[in-house]
Amino acid sequence: MIRYVIRRLLWAVLLFFAVTVVSYILFFIIPADPARQFAGKGATPETIAKAKHYLHLDEPIYQQYGRFVWRLVYHHDLGHSYYNRENVNHIITDAAPVTASLVLGGAFFWMLIAIPIGILSALRPRSLLDRGAMTFVLIGISAHPVWIGLIFAWFFGFYLHEHGSPIYTPISNYADFFNPPPGQPGGPVQWAYHLLLPWLTFMILFAALYVRMIRANVMETLNEDYVRTARAKGASETIVLRRHVLRNAMLPVVTMLGMDIGLALGGAIFTESVYGLPGLGRTAVQALNNYDTPTVMGVIVFATIIIIVFNLVVDMLYAVIDPRIRLA
Amino acid sequence: MALLEVKDLKTYFRTDDGIVKAVDGVSFSVEKGKTLGIVGESGCGKSVTCLTIMGLNNRRNTISSGEALWKGRNLIGMHPRELRSIRGGEIAMIFQDPMTSLNPVHKVGAQLVEAILLHQDITKAAARARALDLLKAVGIPRAETRMDDYPHQFSGGMRQRVMIAMALVNNPDLLIADEPTTALDVTTQAQILDLMKRLQDEFGSAIIMITHDLGVVAEVADDVTVMYAARVQEEGDVRNLFRRPNHPYTWGLLGSLPRLHQDVERLVQISGQPPSLLFPPKGCRFHPRCPYVMPICSETEPTLDPVPEATGVHSVRCHLDQETKDAEAAKLVEGTLAEAS
Repeated sequence: MIRYVIRRLLWAVLLFFAVTVVSYILFFIIPADPARQFAGKGATPETIAKAKHYLHLDEPIYQQYGRFVWRLVYHHDLGHSYYNRENVNHIITDAAPVTASLVLGGAFFWMLIAIPIGILSALRPRSLLDRGAMTFVLIGISAHPVWIGLIFAWFFGFYLHEHGSPIYTPISNYADFFNPPPGQPGGPVQWAYHLLLPWLTFMILFAALYVRMIRANVMETLNEDYVRTARAKGASETIVLRRHVLRNAMLPVVTMLGMDIGLALGGAIFTESVYGLPGLGRTAVQALNNYDTPTVMGVIVFATIIIIVFNLVVDMLYAVIDPRIRLA
Repeated sequence: MALLEVKDLKTYFRTDDGIVKAVDGVSFSVEKGKTLGIVGESGCGKSVTCLTIMGLNNRRNTISSGEALWKGRNLIGMHPRELRSIRGGEIAMIFQDPMTSLNPVHKVGAQLVEAILLHQDITKAAARARALDLLKAVGIPRAETRMDDYPHQFSGGMRQRVMIAMALVNNPDLLIADEPTTALDVTTQAQILDLMKRLQDEFGSAIIMITHDLGVVAEVADDVTVMYAARVQEEGDVRNLFRRPNHPYTWGLLGSLPRLHQDVERLVQISGQPPSLLFPPKGCRFHPRCPYVMPICSETEPTLDPVPEATGVHSVRCHLDQETKDAEAAKLVEGTLAEAS
């Protein structure tokens, strides 16, 4: 097991470099001039040249990349934003909890919905419930989160309120759980309240995917020979379901869940944009628009690390849950 | 009184293409401590018959009728909870493919303990002890440590032994074995059959052995039922069946067995395919493939009649006259008896 982990970690380092190199190169292909932005309005060519030198933009690309890596590995510093000179570490640590709240909360809710519906659909195929669930799946997969988000925002945040309904959900902003800035809503209740619509929007796509996957897995497992053996032993349907079907059917779901969460933590761009949540996704998009290389690289580094970690955890978890898999 | 009496059992499946008549009027009985062999090709309804008796068919699209009297109580249409207390307890079943019949994520010992605790009100420790006894009885070496192993750590033959142990753990009065040796190699097959006979002597259970292999039937069965296309074609004492087979299908089955001392280029086979159970052939169901077919065979289905001058039980469903039947039987038996001696 230890050898497996070490091997995976070595590959992870290689992957990390590959991703960062490619991203770095991409920035050089983009015809933009951060030095000009950095120097500010009305800057003379000399100021711009000085800015360029200050930002090390006049160095060859490999040297800039080397500087970046050195700083990251030795000082754990992602640099400073070209746009507002803020420390990228701070930008990331401010944005990450927002994305984490959205993604982890969303994951909780989508599993809460997907598991019962998936199982019930599998137990009663072609029933009204099943057909309804499959229609929901089709809609959930096809509808774009931005479209869904805008509709929800309009309906729950505006229409209901306009027509005298007491239901009112805020449609933008993030309320910090622990330390809200003065004058801003904060605390657990506000945090959840502000995240209701984002959670709803974010989870629909995943809930649809997981309902379909869980349904397929459960249906397949119900046809397995060992389920028939369990029934032949005289076990009730509840026991058969709990002890024999679910443990086997949910194995692939656990893997997918780990990977999906890892991926989403890199930035749920659409949902964050619609609701104005200052998470990693929105930060990355804004930084791209501003040609703010360090910030984008910062988000990329963070997302890569998260994805690698989650993949590793998921693989080890699978070996724990399924006795047939033992990692060498 | 017979332990299990099946009368006119019918099982129909509702499918998108129509109603499949998988079992269409099957009757037989099983005596205490005896072995009944049910023989037939794939798709003839022998497995479905036993699944129906156990109540293991998918309730949503299955229609069953007829009687399966277990110690006088009809299992068909019995309340599920009542049926569950019999299933796994008084009647146990083992299946064809040992590689997939055990749950891969649970330890073998735990699966046996589950079978015990579903029917016996004893402590977990006592259940584990009983499970261990059974594993030893079926010949699993180092059973104490093997109890905590997972199914994938056993070979096919070992897994089938585990299945047998799991079935016998509650001392069933009837063990239904659905082609238990088909998926195993010949030497393992011999060992498993041997084991089953020994356990039958020890525990006194009756056995229904479903198989397509007449060799297995000759080895273990006391009575035989030959099924074809969801109906019984011939039935009787095993000696009667092998000494005086009376049905063209049985002749086909016996004739297609390869003989050691024969020098043939091609094995004898029964021409044609098993019929569709959606639209079974009119008249005798075997007539499209029968080398002795007569005009009446495509018109009326023969009834299951007793064979004249038979010692013990022997019935057959065929229009042929008795002389032809006996003549063919004599021809075949020459070969079979020569083999046996």
